[in-house]
Amino acid sequence: MMNWLQGLGQRGLGFFERLGRGHITLYYLIIGIPSVLMRPRLLLQQVYAVGVLTLLIILVSGLFVGMVLGLQGYNTLVGFGAEQSLGTVVALTLVREMGPVVTALLFAGRAGSALTAEIGLMKATEQLSGMEMMAVDPNKRVLAPRFLAGIISMPLLAAIFSAVGVMGGYFVGVGLLGVDEGAYWSQMQASVDLHEDVYNGVIKSMVFGVVATWIAIYEGHDATPTSEGVSRATTRTVVHTSLAVLGLNFILTALMFGEN
Amino acid sequence: MSAQQQEDSTPLVSIRGLHFARGDRVIFDGVDLDIHRGRVTAIMGPSGTGKTTLLKLIGGQLRPQAGSIEVDGENVHRLSRSRLFQLRKRIGLLFQSGALLTDLNVFENVAFPLREHTRLPESMIRDLVLMKLEAVGLRGARGMMPSELSGGMARRVALARAIALDPMMIMYDEPFTGQDPISMGVLVKLIRRLNDALGLTSIVVSHDVQETAAIADYLYLLSGGKVVAHGSPDALGRSESAWAQQFLQGEPDGPVPFHYPASDYLDDLMNAGEEGARG
Repeated sequence: MMNWLQGLGQRGLGFFERLGRGHITLYYLIIGIPSVLMRPRLLLQQVYAVGVLTLLIILVSGLFVGMVLGLQGYNTLVGFGAEQSLGTVVALTLVREMGPVVTALLFAGRAGSALTAEIGLMKATEQLSGMEMMAVDPNKRVLAPRFLAGIISMPLLAAIFSAVGVMGGYFVGVGLLGVDEGAYWSQMQASVDLHEDVYNGVIKSMVFGVVATWIAIYEGHDATPTSEGVSRATTRTVVHTSLAVLGLNFILTALMFGEN
Repeated sequence: MSAQQQEDSTPLVSIRGLHFARGDRVIFDGVDLDIHRGRVTAIMGPSGTGKTTLLKLIGGQLRPQAGSIEVDGENVHRLSRSRLFQLRKRIGLLFQSGALLTDLNVFENVAFPLREHTRLPESMIRDLVLMKLEAVGLRGARGMMPSELSGGMARRVALARAIALDPMMIMYDEPFTGQDPISMGVLVKLIRRLNDALGLTSIVVSHDVQETAAIADYLYLLSGGKVVAHGSPDALGRSESAWAQQFLQGEPDGPVPFHYPASDYLDDLMNAGEEGARG
């Protein structure tokens, strides 16, 4: 019993210690941002690595998610004779929820894991230490550019995901199931609000961008510098990011759309 | 420069009463050590005596529990972060692994400190990088990626990078470990030649006795957290210290026993099964 309690206490302490270290990392990432803005080339390279290379999986997934939404939405709506509203259903689901959330989950799997592994291996091969000895701050040179690139990429990726998803819903709903094309677009236009829906979706994906990139960078930087340590850190990145994104999404949804 | 030459007699690095421990394990227990300007000073000792740790302490990456480390008259651990970074620009550290940036090719690796710390035009960076690479004999390998280099070549590229900013001192962490005889010979020659040609001060951390003794002007032997012996290679060769003799001659048994401390052998065999491995 005492051993169990002791183990619990140690786990608790370990958790808070990691949380503390995580926030110190976040602090250094944030104060490193101004120096990244002075070196746009460095930032562009990372936006390419983090964002552009994630584009393909976002495009394909967005298309399929949109097609499924079109199919399921049609099947439900047609029972009420409301299949004209398919455009609204597809667009709102994507812009408000699926776009930011699924993008963040895919981002964690594609870009987050890569970030963690890259930074962890740079640590293991003493590249970060070497930079420090060359009087180059790895926070500013390596970590902060990746952080900012993640924050910039996520909303863009989510927007692309939603746009492709709307097209996917269109192909299935209008192309295959015969929903009126004019109704699909005009219903969507009438009921999707720029402030209420689009902006809130963008805010969500920015929050997810901060959280996903922060976790990925922290895990890489905090990894035990061995092959096993890096592999564990990569797994933790994906698991923690997924849980954090899903939990935060509920909170953000409650705050943004709770009154409706 | 002239001011520096005048005070040639004052050591470049001066370590006094250094204490450093990792958790319960004491690594340095009152180490005093001087590195003189213009010399190649070797710090030797068995694996696990904290030789690499010593270099990280001198470079300000680790903080001692007690004692002081002065580099060129500045106490490394009292400096602000920006002053420490200024000091580090004048110190090159050659990591055992080379620590090359794997996403940049050889040329860009050597250019890295120049691009980070200077605003030189591209043509001048190119000239400087080619000069440094020529000095280590790898001008022809400028387009290669670090993954394509052999261990010896990677260390030479790292050496070219370490001298890119024309430092006053270079620290070599185990430069000879795992090298074939030819690359070992190249590195031995390079360390000595660069030290003399560029007017550097070099610290070589190593346990390769022959190679290190061949190029060092002064040796420090570390063991058990203390300086066991120091002096010129010749003087140490005649040293009375049994430990120093065992280390320099590479005897398997002596003051450092062959066996890790353990309980009585016979007891241990007879009591099989009653206990697990003994720490």
